[in-house]
Amino acid sequence: MARKLSFRNAVNEALALEMERDSRVIVMGEDVSGGTGSPGETDAWGGPFGVTKGLSKRFPDQVLDTPISESGFIGAAVGAAASGLRPVAELMFVDFMGVCFDQIFNQAAKFRYMFGGKATTPVVIRCMIGGGYRAAAQHSQILYSVFTHIPGLKCAVPSSPYEAKGLLIQAIREDDPVMFFEHKMLYDVEEEVPEGAYTIPFGEANLLREGKDVTIVALGRMVMLAMQAADALAKDKITCDVIDPRTTSPLDVDTILDSVENTGRLVVVDESHPRCSMATDIAALVAQEAFDALKAPIQMVTAPHTPVPFSPALEDLYLPSADKISAAVRKIRQKAAA
Amino acid sequence: MSDTLKAVVMPKWGLAMSEGMLAKWHIAEGAEIKSGQEICDIETSKIANAMESSVTGRVLRRVAQEGTTLPVGALIAVVGEGTTTSGDVDAFINRFEQEFATAAKESSAEEAGSQTIDVGGRKINYLKLGDAAGVPIILVHGFGADLNTWMFNQPQLAQTHTVYAFDLPGHGQSDKLVAEGTVAEFAKATAGFMDALQVARAHLVGQSLGGAIVLQLAAGHPEKVASLTLISSAGLGPDINMPYVEAFIGATGRRDLKPELEKLFADPQLVSRDMINDVLKYKRMDGVDKVLRTIAAGAFAGGKQSAVLREQLAAAKAPVQVIFGAQDQIIPAKHAEGLGGNVKVRIIPQASHMPHMEAAGEVNRLIAELAKP
Repeated sequence: MARKLSFRNAVNEALALEMERDSRVIVMGEDVSGGTGSPGETDAWGGPFGVTKGLSKRFPDQVLDTPISESGFIGAAVGAAASGLRPVAELMFVDFMGVCFDQIFNQAAKFRYMFGGKATTPVVIRCMIGGGYRAAAQHSQILYSVFTHIPGLKCAVPSSPYEAKGLLIQAIREDDPVMFFEHKMLYDVEEEVPEGAYTIPFGEANLLREGKDVTIVALGRMVMLAMQAADALAKDKITCDVIDPRTTSPLDVDTILDSVENTGRLVVVDESHPRCSMATDIAALVAQEAFDALKAPIQMVTAPHTPVPFSPALEDLYLPSADKISAAVRKIRQKAAA
Repeated sequence: MSDTLKAVVMPKWGLAMSEGMLAKWHIAEGAEIKSGQEICDIETSKIANAMESSVTGRVLRRVAQEGTTLPVGALIAVVGEGTTTSGDVDAFINRFEQEFATAAKESSAEEAGSQTIDVGGRKINYLKLGDAAGVPIILVHGFGADLNTWMFNQPQLAQTHTVYAFDLPGHGQSDKLVAEGTVAEFAKATAGFMDALQVARAHLVGQSLGGAIVLQLAAGHPEKVASLTLISSAGLGPDINMPYVEAFIGATGRRDLKPELEKLFADPQLVSRDMINDVLKYKRMDGVDKVLRTIAAGAFAGGKQSAVLREQLAAAKAPVQVIFGAQDQIIPAKHAEGLGGNVKVRIIPQASHMPHMEAAGEVNRLIAELAKP
């Protein structure tokens, strides 16, 4: 027991287990096998971060390299899903989604609705999100709130290796299109991960820590930072509920409201820009549904409303941190005590 | 000097426990304490419980303050005789802390972990603690549980015995393969586990479904059984809280599961966030839902226990004891009535279905007494 796995290998294992279980599951994307179909080495890359490495050798008929044409292969994946396969398409960086919005927003998300419930589109679109990798403005965005806005899409934002494996297997078994957002700074994080297949249901938040004073809701890589902040705050006898919603669509509203009703204070941590984000969405939800329970104004810890800077010094300042989360918690804690 | 001074240390309850918080002292400095007396409350992320002293003497120093979190094995109190000077106690503490710091550095990698063994084509996960010679103790958990249910018992019992706890087929980290889900199938698997480990004879301890399993094993293989301890045991009557079994199987999230797990304890506060998460992690694994439904159909068909083994119990050659929580909400404690003169019965007032956790110290003493070498 006690086998530890990196986030990267947890994703890889989920893909392997599902391809093994169901031959309709295919993996497609740029360089996911790497070099196949060309004179180069096969299985050279496994995608830009090596996530799919080794899969093309084990599943040669189920792992497909695609041309560098997101509008083309995402459209192909959506069509394949509508006609019987269960594709997992990898779109590298979420920042490139713009070129295939029609395929996702107007096609995949709409089929079930427009065909009167007679069509399903079991496609998963994996992509990398997030800053901290010194990858500049066009390769560092979060953007999951853009997809959360669209009815018909499900959105998963795993925060750890255990979560990544269980949520991805669930995503592949869903009959609706799922957007799967992997934070690139989490790939080397390791934790204990069971060997066999397991699923984490969508719309069921994870309560990582229980406290009395403040509710912290955080997503993706921010969950780790929220836990660090909660550890530091506990030393000063400030205790926090830490909630990871896991999926932004569907969203586990009840767990968030139950918690705020107990603590009376909310800090939402979201690496996105501050406007029209999950932070504003959750803040609005709590203001509307649990206003009477609130003892202090809701705090949002987000990136600023600017592109992600390329300067390392500026990028470090730009991102939310455990210190910024602690400061937000202390601010509303003091306000209520005064 | 150090012969007369004894260290009381942070206990290790379960494989995952690395630290604990001393929540409350029950004894003052200068108090005389006996081995087995509850001296403080310890909280871990999984559960809170009273800690019993393993030593007898006068409390010379409470080293740990209330509210502090300390690693497993850290010194929390010094016990000795009244004649010791405070300088002696200081020296003892200093030496202990130095040795502890060195030992912590060296031993972090070689923790006792669980292992696997093949039993009739199924991978069985088990944990062995202790290496005393003599007849070992084998702990058999109940429906939907795993070997971690013995976290308060196995380390204690391992001081005098070799103790095995294992995950039944379909449970914990054992293979998720169950054929009929009957008590007989699990009794065969348990006998197979003993054979695979080359354990010819053991003191068997079973809780809930595990109780029926060891009882069935004893009926089929009396030669393998040195004694039987049946805790909140199935197999002693027809009643079973079937709505609980069905709700446990059906629960997919913490909100559904928490009120069910609370029925297992007389004090529902004992159900922690980590305990719920561990059960959810198990229930999410492929194959587990089918396993649980198979067992519910095999062992509790029609909402009644399929295997009632009171006659086998009466005929048992080995010494038998039955322990129930008076407030058991899963299997009624009245099943312990009228079992015959040879069966020692203990009803624990402040416990529900988990007396081995709720009243660990007493249950450990009862097991150790019956299994006395």
